[in-house]
Amino acid sequence: MHNNFNNFDRTLSDEDVLRRRATLLQRLHIDGPLLLLLLLLAAGSLFVLYSASGRNLDLVIKQASSFGFGMLAMLLIAQVEARFIARWVPLAYVLGVVLLGVVEVMGHNAMGATRWINIPGVIRFQPSEFLKIIMPATIAWYLARNNLPPGLKHTAVSLALVGVPFVLILRQPDLGTAMLILASGAFVLFVAGLPWLWIGSAVAAVVPVAVGMWYFVLHDYQKQRIHTFLDPESDPLGTGWNIIQSKAAIGSGGVFGKGWLLGTQSHLDFLPESHTDFIIAVLAEEFGLVGVCLLLLVYLLLIARGMVITVQAQTLFGKLWAGGLTMTFFVYVFVNIGMVSGLLPVVGVPLPFISYGGTSLVTLLSGFGVLMSIHTHRKWIAQV
Amino acid sequence: MPEPIRLKDHEKDARQVRARAVVGAVAIALLSLVLMARLYYLQVIQYEQHSTLAENNRIHVQPIPPNRGLIFDRNGVILADNRPSFSLTVTRERAGDWQKVLDTIVRVLELGPEERTLFERRVRQGRRPFEPVPVLFELSEEQIARIAVNQFLLPGVEVAAQLVRHYPQSEHFAHSVGYVGRINERELKKLDPVAYSGTHHIGKTGVELFYEDLLHGQVGYEEVETNARGRVLRVLKHTDPVPGKDLTLSLDLSLQKAAEAALGDRRGAVIAIDPTSGEVLAMISQPSYNPNLFVTGISGKDYAALRDSIDRPLYNRVLRGIYPPGSTIKPVVALAGLDSGVVERSTRIFDPGFFQLPNVEHKYRNWNRGGDGWVNMEAAISRSNDTYFYSLAHRLGIDRLHRYLSHFGIGQRVSLDMFEEAEGLMPSREWKRIKRRQAWYPGETLITGIGQGYMLATPLQLAQATALLANKGKWHRPRLLMKADGLSPEQLMASGLLEARPAPPDIQLKDPHNWDLISSDMQQVVHGARGTAHKVGATARYRIAGKSGTAQVVAIRQGEKYDRNKLQERHRDHALFVAFAPAENPRIAVAVMVENGESGSGIAAPVAKQVMDAWLLDEKGRLKAQFAVPPQEPANAQ
Repeated sequence: MHNNFNNFDRTLSDEDVLRRRATLLQRLHIDGPLLLLLLLLAAGSLFVLYSASGRNLDLVIKQASSFGFGMLAMLLIAQVEARFIARWVPLAYVLGVVLLGVVEVMGHNAMGATRWINIPGVIRFQPSEFLKIIMPATIAWYLARNNLPPGLKHTAVSLALVGVPFVLILRQPDLGTAMLILASGAFVLFVAGLPWLWIGSAVAAVVPVAVGMWYFVLHDYQKQRIHTFLDPESDPLGTGWNIIQSKAAIGSGGVFGKGWLLGTQSHLDFLPESHTDFIIAVLAEEFGLVGVCLLLLVYLLLIARGMVITVQAQTLFGKLWAGGLTMTFFVYVFVNIGMVSGLLPVVGVPLPFISYGGTSLVTLLSGFGVLMSIHTHRKWIAQV
Repeated sequence: MPEPIRLKDHEKDARQVRARAVVGAVAIALLSLVLMARLYYLQVIQYEQHSTLAENNRIHVQPIPPNRGLIFDRNGVILADNRPSFSLTVTRERAGDWQKVLDTIVRVLELGPEERTLFERRVRQGRRPFEPVPVLFELSEEQIARIAVNQFLLPGVEVAAQLVRHYPQSEHFAHSVGYVGRINERELKKLDPVAYSGTHHIGKTGVELFYEDLLHGQVGYEEVETNARGRVLRVLKHTDPVPGKDLTLSLDLSLQKAAEAALGDRRGAVIAIDPTSGEVLAMISQPSYNPNLFVTGISGKDYAALRDSIDRPLYNRVLRGIYPPGSTIKPVVALAGLDSGVVERSTRIFDPGFFQLPNVEHKYRNWNRGGDGWVNMEAAISRSNDTYFYSLAHRLGIDRLHRYLSHFGIGQRVSLDMFEEAEGLMPSREWKRIKRRQAWYPGETLITGIGQGYMLATPLQLAQATALLANKGKWHRPRLLMKADGLSPEQLMASGLLEARPAPPDIQLKDPHNWDLISSDMQQVVHGARGTAHKVGATARYRIAGKSGTAQVVAIRQGEKYDRNKLQERHRDHALFVAFAPAENPRIAVAVMVENGESGSGIAAPVAKQVMDAWLLDEKGRLKAQFAVPPQEPANAQ
């Protein structure tokens, strides 16, 4: 494998490899392992959702059609060559930030937060979702133009590029998404080889920054969440209720779970938001430790595939973008399961592919579309 | 940029990315292990704990309150029952902004700010989460309809049917049966929370309070599966409650009403006891009040009216009213004199209208200023001669007086089952040393001999002392309860259902004949030509043994004459009369106290006679067969 990088000419002229490109999946720009894992997740998620929503078939059908739409978006994106996308990334970034600005000024308010652009009858659109894909692309595009590892100036510019949408989303307020945007940019910097010393300094700086945020940035409800996270029993009927009940749901599932549709916590409405952010608790209650571990395994296989794609990408832009997307995907998983199981404070991060919600599904599948695009548009594919 | 550098950079970049990807993968693997460890901790190590929590979430044990036992009079007339009633409940957890919901209730039902305050207090007192708290009772049809129409404005508000205590005889038995009321926070702390889960009312006074444990019954349970909003989905297990015991009291409604009629609109107390058993036949404290007002919470205005009334309707005069017993105590003092041998039956004393201790100026006056001349015991009792009893008390001394009067129940709680009973006071040397830090003065012995001074007794104690005279010293504690589900109070005490309260030892006289002598003297009070209550005796169809008395309300200074015109009505003496009948075979002992009635023989004695008539005579005015005097008795009695 190492050899191939060193022997540029030989790889290019390998006829066998060129012939293999002609397989059906590759001609459709589809990555087999990714598609297989995603279909597996989609099927499993509909079962869990049926139970978590209290046997609401309408909801399941809606989610299934979101899956269909997302898959379509994924396949369409996969057809576009990443290098072609790279050209439009700066424009997309500017557009995303402008839309966030529009949300800030005249966005549609839902549930105490302004996250939507709503043109009635035409489209309901969440610019922050768009940025989840474009943010790592922007940083990847910027860093790929220069030598790695990024120097002080490039790092600073990257952070500024991340900072603008981060602050705008934080002000919506949507702490969960803002963190994911920040993470996706930061992971690109990390993959690009940000010096360890700087990373260490940044981690050390987190404490004063966190204190500053507590006093000047965080909303009351966010402070309350953090407070509840630190001591859920302090307000068992109020904000601590969610965590106590979700822990009870997970814990009472045991090793093998109570069985599909037999979870009492979710079916008797003790579990809040059981079909959205807290759906992992339903899965853990009904399928036990075994069920959750299987789900984690599928996620890790997806991530592993993403890592392979990262390493094998042939452009630096592709490597950085793929790495950022893959690692951000893990952040989704980790933050969601961590918060529901009481390891992390409650921030609004859905469980990828399992939580109900079309927007998040389309965004995630679009991300995998990008991975497929990066992987299937390579000029040489010797290292599959 | 030059080509070679770019190529070199490309390779370096790839290595750089690959290295970071490996680091990232390792970090991801480690963090995944953290997640798995967390899940293992929750699902395996803490499984039991969370399993229990989830199960407790799901299954709720709902209490089913038992029906409170009914209360009957001795003839089976209902004195307290439970009526279905609709009440308005608020579940705070389901009401959202419950303050606003309360505002809406008040507006919909057109109530005032006073009710609003009451509602808020009741809701705040709510005990467990998701428990409906009743705020308004006895809803009318119209109120129920108004709530139904506005239900959409009233989340967490429900109309609930429940049984509520009702007293059909209203004020007639308020001072004996008492009433139940809502459990307050102080009571809540003392109660067994399990036994009283689901019960909102508890006995507050009278029989309702004393027999609370018997009346309440045992709580039942329903194990139900509920969702997070407390809605019951299905019943898993059901245990029926055990209703409280029905109580039959010894009170008699018709006697009660006759006694009230005899008192008329005077303030006072009447108590009638069956001396052979201690059963209380009638118990009146007048004025009375409507106990139904208290069941569902009395309004502040109504309560203030009752509390602040100068007639004090809430004051239980029979049990809580303590008065100097006055001359009513004289037969007991005479008996003490005979039994201890300080006087003979024939001992005579000259009464110049007062009594003086040797070497003391102070004159202890007879009520008859002119004096009665030479008096023996019979005359002293029937004329209620004070001088004779000053002299007798002086000879007895306070220690013997205290001993004998205490045997008759003065200064102690005598009842078996009356919660509110006051102790009264039977003074002694020791009492005065401890409470007053003073020595006992001989003059105080004298006034104790005529029932004045420190001595204080309740009408119940006077009735009990009279019943003891009638029953020749045999003690039966006065009791209201006759049967609880077929069990007598003694059986209840034997089986531990009632706290044992043994009667004091019976009074044994050295010569039992003295009982008959005192009874005879008391009959002279009523039937003798010079007896203080001879007017009552003139119309009596049977022999009555009685004694009149007056209890001073305001002390009269030495040399001052009692002038009824000078005293305000409320400062006049209380009239007392005690009696038992038929004298030869006593079946009823009565004590009457008429507040500010002044004359025991003139005011209180006729009341006592009417009460005894109502009990002993049939509708034709003849002695009832069951009270007829056994043929051999009269010879002994006279």
